[in-house]
Amino acid sequence: MSFAMEPYLALLLIGFLPSEAWRWLGMLVGRGLDENSEIILWVRAVATALVAAVVARITLFPPGALAAVPVEVRLAALGLGFLAFVIFRRSAFAGVIVGEAVLIGGAAALAQ
Amino acid sequence: MSSSQPRPPSQPASASFLNGLLAAFKSVFFYVLLGNYIGISALAYEFGFSLTWMVFCTVLIWAAPAQVILISTLTTATLLEVALAVGLSSARFLPMVAALIPTLKAEHTRQTHLLLPSHLTAISVWVEGMRMLPQLPREQRISFYNGLGTGLLSAAVLGSLIGYALAARLPPVLATTLLFFTPMAILMSSARNNQTLIDRLAFGLGLVVGPLLAAQKVKLDLMWTGFIAGTAAYAVHRLREAMR
Repeated sequence: MSFAMEPYLALLLIGFLPSEAWRWLGMLVGRGLDENSEIILWVRAVATALVAAVVARITLFPPGALAAVPVEVRLAALGLGFLAFVIFRRSAFAGVIVGEAVLIGGAAALAQ
Repeated sequence: MSSSQPRPPSQPASASFLNGLLAAFKSVFFYVLLGNYIGISALAYEFGFSLTWMVFCTVLIWAAPAQVILISTLTTATLLEVALAVGLSSARFLPMVAALIPTLKAEHTRQTHLLLPSHLTAISVWVEGMRMLPQLPREQRISFYNGLGTGLLSAAVLGSLIGYALAARLPPVLATTLLFFTPMAILMSSARNNQTLIDRLAFGLGLVVGPLLAAQKVKLDLMWTGFIAGTAAYAVHRLREAMR
């Protein structure tokens, strides 16, 4: 039984629930924390490091068809995008546009 | 209910919600999510899911990596495998929501009022919210965050609609690269957010430790990265405090 299951039931049971449960747990944990405590500093550091790991993972081990774009192009897009962000007075818009242009340009050039 | 409050809020909740919505439209993430979800819904179209399903998927799960996993494995893997993969990819929400709640809640906030903001939490909303919330009066924060989350979620829904409208015509290279919007925006917004040593260190270490653990095929690599890099950053912060 894999796809015979109703797609909406599947969405609820194996998409929504396994994902949402972590938010509920976070609520329970966060309720007891004091904003100015030492432990909240640690929890925030853990969350921040996790977010960084997501960036690294999508870049180095990308989902789906993104893997077809060579890793050098992906890293160049991220690096040049960040450079643009720094040059253009920390504008995330500028950084994303430059990074995406590098990625599309690089992928198109290599596809030929 | 209003009579029991010690002082009336300086502005109604609807105004704070609206401010949150406006902040969402001004955020780079609005446009990034639009692009990213065009890419994800092109994927869903390819795998034969309906547009309605894709919209429900976005509103209910609201986590791009989990959605990509669900869409691309539901037809091939066993249900248990899919549930496990989705659950592992969303584990980041535990520390994220836990770190958010103390900033969000006021003294007499009811638990039920935290359910919606918790559900609306995704990396984009969290990154923007953690920067903006401390500047707001406490009693406005939940409505503001709900507005921010709703605004960014609507960008994802809009992207899903556009993605289905375009799906057959979207050049594959473009659909592919749209998925890359997110990591770039997270990187830059975090660089803007992280002002303290501990946050910067945690982010930098996470960038390094993450791929190392993933390459070793460590189970729960994201969680371990958060734990190891976050704890190391915190330890450095404690050491520096102790040496002062």
